[in-house]
Amino acid sequence: MTEHVLEEVPKRSRLTPRARDTIAGYLFILPWLIHFFMLILGAMLASLVISFAKTDLLTGFKWVGLQNYRDLFKDPLFVKSLRVTAIYTFTVVPLGVIVALSIALLLNQKVAFLGFWRLIYYLPSVVSGVAVAVLWTWVLNPRFGLLNVGLMRLGIPQESLPRWIYSEKWAVPSFVLMGLWGAGGAMLLYLAGLQGIPTHLYEAAMIDGANAWQKFWHVTIPMLTPTIFFNMLMSIIGSFQVFTQVYVMTAGGPNNASLTIVLYLYQRGFINLRFGYASAIAWILFFIILFFTMLVIRSSTMWVYYEGELKK
Amino acid sequence: MTSTAQVTPRPQARDWPLFWSKVGRIVGKVILYAVLAFGAYIFFLPFAWMVTTSLKPAAYAYEVPIQWFPKKITLDAYIYGWKTLPFPLFYRNTAIITAANIVGLVLSSSLVAFGFARIRFAGRDAWFLILLSTMMLPAQVTLIPIYLFWSKLKLVNTFWPLIIPEWLTNAYNVFLLRQFFMTIPIDYDDAARIDGASWFRIYSQIIVPMSKPALGVIAIQAFAWNWNNFLGPLIYLNETRKFTISIGLRLFQTQQSSKMPETMAMSVVALIPTLIVFFIAQRYFIQGIVITGVKG
Repeated sequence: MTEHVLEEVPKRSRLTPRARDTIAGYLFILPWLIHFFMLILGAMLASLVISFAKTDLLTGFKWVGLQNYRDLFKDPLFVKSLRVTAIYTFTVVPLGVIVALSIALLLNQKVAFLGFWRLIYYLPSVVSGVAVAVLWTWVLNPRFGLLNVGLMRLGIPQESLPRWIYSEKWAVPSFVLMGLWGAGGAMLLYLAGLQGIPTHLYEAAMIDGANAWQKFWHVTIPMLTPTIFFNMLMSIIGSFQVFTQVYVMTAGGPNNASLTIVLYLYQRGFINLRFGYASAIAWILFFIILFFTMLVIRSSTMWVYYEGELKK
Repeated sequence: MTSTAQVTPRPQARDWPLFWSKVGRIVGKVILYAVLAFGAYIFFLPFAWMVTTSLKPAAYAYEVPIQWFPKKITLDAYIYGWKTLPFPLFYRNTAIITAANIVGLVLSSSLVAFGFARIRFAGRDAWFLILLSTMMLPAQVTLIPIYLFWSKLKLVNTFWPLIIPEWLTNAYNVFLLRQFFMTIPIDYDDAARIDGASWFRIYSQIIVPMSKPALGVIAIQAFAWNWNNFLGPLIYLNETRKFTISIGLRLFQTQQSSKMPETMAMSVVALIPTLIVFFIAQRYFIQGIVITGVKG
């Protein structure tokens, strides 16, 4: 590799190295900048503007200032949706990290039929959203669903079996279970992360007399923190916006026990055609997610380790 | 470092009689397989139900208790699906979009991620935060403005609104690759820079070759995501001959309400290419251990 690099002779330039790096940097991120300025920025600004208005986007448009935002905080359904979404997110994010990481660690061992195991664990995460919802509606059926039939076999009396998505108490846990079933996507990333750990680190640890546990705790985990960080952030961002499963399976019920923020946004916007109100919900959600992701990002300097960090 | 290596090649076995260490290893293996098998059972069961239901005559689809191995197996559901809708055409459309997007996404996201991970430039951290924040606004509210953009360009009912954004990469994939690129020691870049290598050269000859597992993950996920993408095709494609599998399936569901075996059959058919691609690709992107050591 290095011999190719050596061929190139440094070119002369009037620009300082710093300025040249800046130009290079922007050239590399250019595809995304085009995407941002062409599609994303305009759409985001449009939704922000709409959030200060009362509009169905077809017939009328009336400025109402901060009215939508004021109404939202007095809207008991919105407050309810905040609570439901928060409970879902703060359960599924940590459990998801633990489940996906554990599977990845198991599948990083020397195991026979490795490809087969990986495929099985990865499988659920590629079944498309609607098919997953149809499948789980059946799995969670209180009377003849797979889950309750299984629990009954374990000796749990029929009367005390949870009614899952049909009960206020178990609706959110049902969606958590479904979320964990799709942990294969995150598992794949952990596997790739595990494969990227340089073998010389393990060799060095072994020479220093580290046992398996010490190798895990002082080499594997630190080297995986960038992947854990990524999965945590994406899981927070994704869970706060949970929609498809809830929309297909419960439509927010029973008694709004599974009314998530984006589902409520969807109902107000696309069913009641109150797009101003819906956009205001979206922007509040935006700042909630931003707050929690910033917490994780700020804390990351303490626990995320980058081998290739750019030194200041 | 190397001088101590020959003294204790296997330090963990040093104080332990060989016999017990062997027993320990076997017990460990048994537990490992037991846990794996139990987990796989849980993960696989719903999928197994999907397959058996697709093979049952409609009358037996809702039977309790479940017949895991139906007495009467029929391929009617599959034949029916292929006959009623132009699934080969849906397959072709989906394959075109997916193939184009895998190439575009791997290229564009690796370039952008390289910029964010390896080059220090003015405004980089601010742009990265903006990149992350674009994921935090629910797609439901940006949907309509973006649709209007494509319809102004008269590109609705073509594949372009589904392909162009992927070629311009997205926050998720940039963030993912950036995380992987940042685990590669910076010493490589420094050494190459001193030798006068351009940034593009570092990208193409050091970082990309060393990131094959991560790029493989991006490709697999791009495949699965594009293959299953529902919302995009639903919004932008309105002629049946341009449909992809995912919206074709839905057409099927609405035409014949509650045909469980047929729906499951077509879901299985839609899933098969993803499985094949995953099974082939995973050997390449997960098996080879990457040696990224810089001897210190």
